[in-house]
Amino acid sequence: MANSSSAGRFRTAISRARGLGASHHGVGHFITERVSGLALIPLALWGVFAGLRLAGIGYDGAIEWVSIPLNTVLLCLLLVVALIHLKGAIQLVIEDYIQGFVIKSVLVIGNLFLCVLGGAVGVVAILKVAFTGAF
Amino acid sequence: MVQLTLPKNSTVQSGKTWPAPAGAKNTRSFKVYRYDPEDGRNPRWDTYEVDLDACGPMVLDALLYIKNSIDPTLAFRRSCREGVCGSCAMNIGGRNTLACTHGHADTPGKAVQISPLPSQPVVKDLIPDLTLFYAQYASIEPWLHTVTPEPQAEWRQSPEDRAKLDGLYECILCACCSTSCPSYWWNGDKYLGPATLLHAYRWLIDSRDEATGDRLDDLEDPFKLYRCHTIMNCAQVCPKGLNPAKAIAEIKKMLVERVV
Ligand code: SF4
Ligand code: SF4
Ligand code: FES
Repeated sequence: MANSSSAGRFRTAISRARGLGASHHGVGHFITERVSGLALIPLALWGVFAGLRLAGIGYDGAIEWVSIPLNTVLLCLLLVVALIHLKGAIQLVIEDYIQGFVIKSVLVIGNLFLCVLGGAVGVVAILKVAFTGAF
Repeated sequence: MVQLTLPKNSTVQSGKTWPAPAGAKNTRSFKVYRYDPEDGRNPRWDTYEVDLDACGPMVLDALLYIKNSIDPTLAFRRSCREGVCGSCAMNIGGRNTLACTHGHADTPGKAVQISPLPSQPVVKDLIPDLTLFYAQYASIEPWLHTVTPEPQAEWRQSPEDRAKLDGLYECILCACCSTSCPSYWWNGDKYLGPATLLHAYRWLIDSRDEATGDRLDDLEDPFKLYRCHTIMNCAQVCPKGLNPAKAIAEIKKMLVERVV
């Protein structure tokens, strides 16, 4: 029989159940998801309020609004916390549904890079508007 | 990607229809999953017309009727026939439960559809291969771990501490919960599943056990434990009315307690 189909064939059930053992991590991810979720409740409520506000004040009004320090800070926080939460949630879905070490690793790392990139670009954009008054 | 459809050689085809015995007046159809690893064919749905006047009220009674009076080749597990041994767990009308405690009258629809517990390899007909499930249970070392020299009599426990084991020790390891859990379907090779985790918690909160930290160490893992997303299928199907999802949430809480 070909090697590929007989690999692992005589492993005992307990050896398969134990697998590579526990990685002793996971609680950090769990806490991050809960705490970021908690922080997102007030931030997202504020975000809805901000969106409604911005819709009615035009381009110049919006730039002025973003440069109010409290708004600048809250916008940055909303973006960063939402991305931290999103990164964790998407990673969870990848781990659930994607099998195979290589493809899974590529997707988990890609997800991380995209979220960090989104956060960096977004924060710079917000700060640029706030400090220079132009987009 | 996880496998969302059955492989070609596992798709279920239509099978034989076995008519009711002559003279039967009160009959109901039972659509039963049939698979024989030795005939090289795909699984099939066989339909049996069961004479309800000649068999008891539970699905297991109907299966025994089929085996005794219609088709002796039908294979299924059973032992206690009263919800204690856990061997007759199967999927009845789309829901995992025990055939011996589930009344066929309680299964809606025209026919009572019966298949083996989902997501496990099938040995024959309604018999799933639960080898890995049992090994996962064994992997959490479900016995008392102590380093203190054995007491002369027994390890003592207060009534309050004993009460903490209620809702856990009653588990009969039927596997209804684990095989109804989507996370277990997708990652059953690494995720321990609700039944094993319920037992893990049973030993974590046993006041006599001295290995709580080691036990938590062995559970802290993105796959072994954290695949549970509190979907709650487990609690919904448990024929003993237990709540594995809650036990799992308690384990996650203990792990948080350890770091804060
Ligand atoms: S609560 Fe957890 S263990 Fe129970 S069915 Fe859902 S994912 Fe599975
Ligand atoms: S928790 Fe309930 S469903 Fe799960 S194995 Fe135990 S008795 Fe069966
Ligand atoms: S036969 Fe024992 S639980 Fe059903």
